[in-house]
Amino acid sequence: MSIRVIKEKCSGCKLCLKSCPFGIITIDNKLAIIGEGCNLCGACVTTCKFNALVMAKEQPAIKDYSGYRNIWVFAEQRNGKVEGVAYELLGEGRKLADILRVPLCAVLMGDKMAEPAKELIAHGADKVYVYDDPLLTNFQDDSYGEVFIKLIAEEKPEIILIGATSIGRSLAPKIAYRIRTGLTADCTSLEVDPRTRNLLQTRPAFGGNIMATIICPNYRPQIATVRHKVMKKASRNASHEGEVIRKNFDFSKINIKTKVINIVAELAKTINIAEADIIVSGGRGMGGAENFKLLEELAQVLGGAVGSSRAAVDAGWMPYSHQVGQTGRTVCPKLYIACGISGAIQHLVGMQSSDVIVAINKDPQAPIFKVATFGLEGDVLQLVPALTRQFNKVLGGDY
Amino acid sequence: MNIVVCIKQVPGTTDVKISEKTNTLIREGVESIINPFDMYAIEEALKIKEKMSGKVIILCMGPPPAKEAIKEAIAMGADEGILLSDRAFAGSDTWATAYTLSMGIRKIGAYDLILCGKQAIDGDTAQVGPGVAEALGLPFVAYVRKIEEIREGYIRCDRMMEEGYEVIAMPLPALITVVKEINEPRLPSLKGMLRAKKAEVATWTAKDLSAEPANLGLTGSPTQVMKIFSPPQRPGGEMILGEIDEQVEKLVNRIRELKIV
Ligand SMILES: Cc1cc2nc3c(=O)[nH]c(=O)nc-3n(C[C@H](O)[C@H](O)[C@H](O)COP(=O)(O)OP(=O)(O)OC[C@H]3O[C@@H](n4cnc5c(N)ncnc54)[C@H](O)[C@@H]3O)c2cc1C
Ligand SMILES: Nc1ncnc2c1ncn2[C@@H]1O[C@H](COP(=O)(O)O)[C@@H](O)[C@H]1O
Repeated sequence: MSIRVIKEKCSGCKLCLKSCPFGIITIDNKLAIIGEGCNLCGACVTTCKFNALVMAKEQPAIKDYSGYRNIWVFAEQRNGKVEGVAYELLGEGRKLADILRVPLCAVLMGDKMAEPAKELIAHGADKVYVYDDPLLTNFQDDSYGEVFIKLIAEEKPEIILIGATSIGRSLAPKIAYRIRTGLTADCTSLEVDPRTRNLLQTRPAFGGNIMATIICPNYRPQIATVRHKVMKKASRNASHEGEVIRKNFDFSKINIKTKVINIVAELAKTINIAEADIIVSGGRGMGGAENFKLLEELAQVLGGAVGSSRAAVDAGWMPYSHQVGQTGRTVCPKLYIACGISGAIQHLVGMQSSDVIVAINKDPQAPIFKVATFGLEGDVLQLVPALTRQFNKVLGGDY
Repeated sequence: MNIVVCIKQVPGTTDVKISEKTNTLIREGVESIINPFDMYAIEEALKIKEKMSGKVIILCMGPPPAKEAIKEAIAMGADEGILLSDRAFAGSDTWATAYTLSMGIRKIGAYDLILCGKQAIDGDTAQVGPGVAEALGLPFVAYVRKIEEIREGYIRCDRMMEEGYEVIAMPLPALITVVKEINEPRLPSLKGMLRAKKAEVATWTAKDLSAEPANLGLTGSPTQVMKIFSPPQRPGGEMILGEIDEQVEKLVNRIRELKIV
């Protein structure tokens, strides 16, 4: 893209010159000239009274990428089990592979991976590259990264999808930097242009206030990390056929500098909120730590997890691992019940793609009601226990 | 121990809107701040320095006004700051940003540890930290919530994971990116503010860095923004009215109709 000056319309009025935050516009002979270093902020385009400045899309440079084919999915595993996000990537990858008419491949690293490899094939992978090595039991940036980088150099995929988990978002930038290609973080929607084979990667920015569609037209492979719980999981079909390609990596040739000393699970008892289908979440309106008990009871009846706003975390009522929002987790459950949460944008961006949102708040003007599927005006301390009782009654629980 | 902290200057709010007329970002009247996650990186660097002596150097790439961010960090206690600023850097994506910062760090030369925030609140990518580490060939750990031990040539820290944390050790020099849990950033002291006022912040250009022009700014960025738009609004919902018993009964029925439970 670039900003173009339409000669016929420019009067040389200098308004744009004043509007440019970088001070790179000059006027020469009554004509605006955009200097080096324009970052396309568009301030001049907005200011021009004569419509003489336009954002112009450039023709993509034609490079030959016909040697780069196939869609890859990183099959992240933890404790020997493939993560849910990998199956979502297979579901999405299948769509892209069908449009581009190429095979869908999975890359799997770990120890004793024969069974997981079969599972990936049952979920639609046409090929699975498997590295079975005790050194790959647990994720490590340097070992996983080097294996991945070498395989990319050998096989030249055109698109690589990686889950936007703490592992994926650490691994992907290492790979993308080394092979000098583009990486788009935390995508929530993907499309592909069959003509240019460009991946159109849409993601939230500015804490979810703005969506941006990013392309990487002049480099291959195109790499995206994809947010958990927004794409549909591939369905399982035991008769789907695929090929397992066993690979080896010679670790004696690289210097692994990081060492995992210990892995500590913290959320063993509670349900991980990023995975939960139902979340009962509380904010400052709960009034105190002791009242979160009410939310736990409701969550228990529904088989869900307890979430929290930042205000409740800052007050010390809930641990940070339960915080939903811009600086906490992004969640996408089937049902999100917000109790005593006002609905600040930083909270909304973390939960507004939930299927159904219920808001309970005593202030009818609270912004949370704008995104809520169902709104209940009233006191959480009365409504939450009543809701627990009612669910318990109709679900026939023994609570 | 010499520590480099990479900080970014960002708009003080993420509550930005798109002009319907021009389809560009409306950014007037928004004050700039140090990216909140980078405040934790600064604080952690200062704490390490207090324990082990050495220097804390602030590195920031941005337009000239970003000097203010560096001065704020100096007011908190950082020793010196360097601004990477050149029109050639404008329009950088995470690849080009990581490249440019890594060239700045190469020029600084003597460093043991590089600290970055987990992510910047404007782009939310979390890619620059690991990218810088890769550009310098350094080991790194992202999402660090605690440094358990640090000494000459060695660091052991906790990486935050979805289900808990991992304890990871690596040799120095190395890079870590930090999350909010790691500390509580201090406020600038009066003495610090006076020092910051007088402090000289060096500005390095592309030439000073001996940077490869093809790797800089818009030209050096593999990704391009094709379009920006406002997220689709959720359709307004239904208020369920009545006495408490009525409200909950209606709500539970609705949710059952939707077959969620
Ligand atoms: C950079 C940045 C990042 C942020 N990240 C996050 C984030 O990740 N997650 C997050 O949640 N926030 C985040 N915030 C904070 C966010 O802006 C809000 O301050 C926060 O979400 C407010 O929490 P709350 O809704 O619980 O509290 P409040 O805004 O105080 O709302 C409490 C609500 O409870 C209602 N209420 C009170 N008593 C009762 C009662 N008895 N019955 C029913 N209703 C009652 C009130 O009407 C009110 O609407 C961030 C802010 C910034 C600047
Ligand atoms: N322009 C910049 N100048 C200095 N540091 C930066 C810059 N951009 C990003 N960083 C660092 O990289 C981290 C991650 O940024 P991002 O990948 O943009 O989310 C930030 O928290 C900063 O520590």
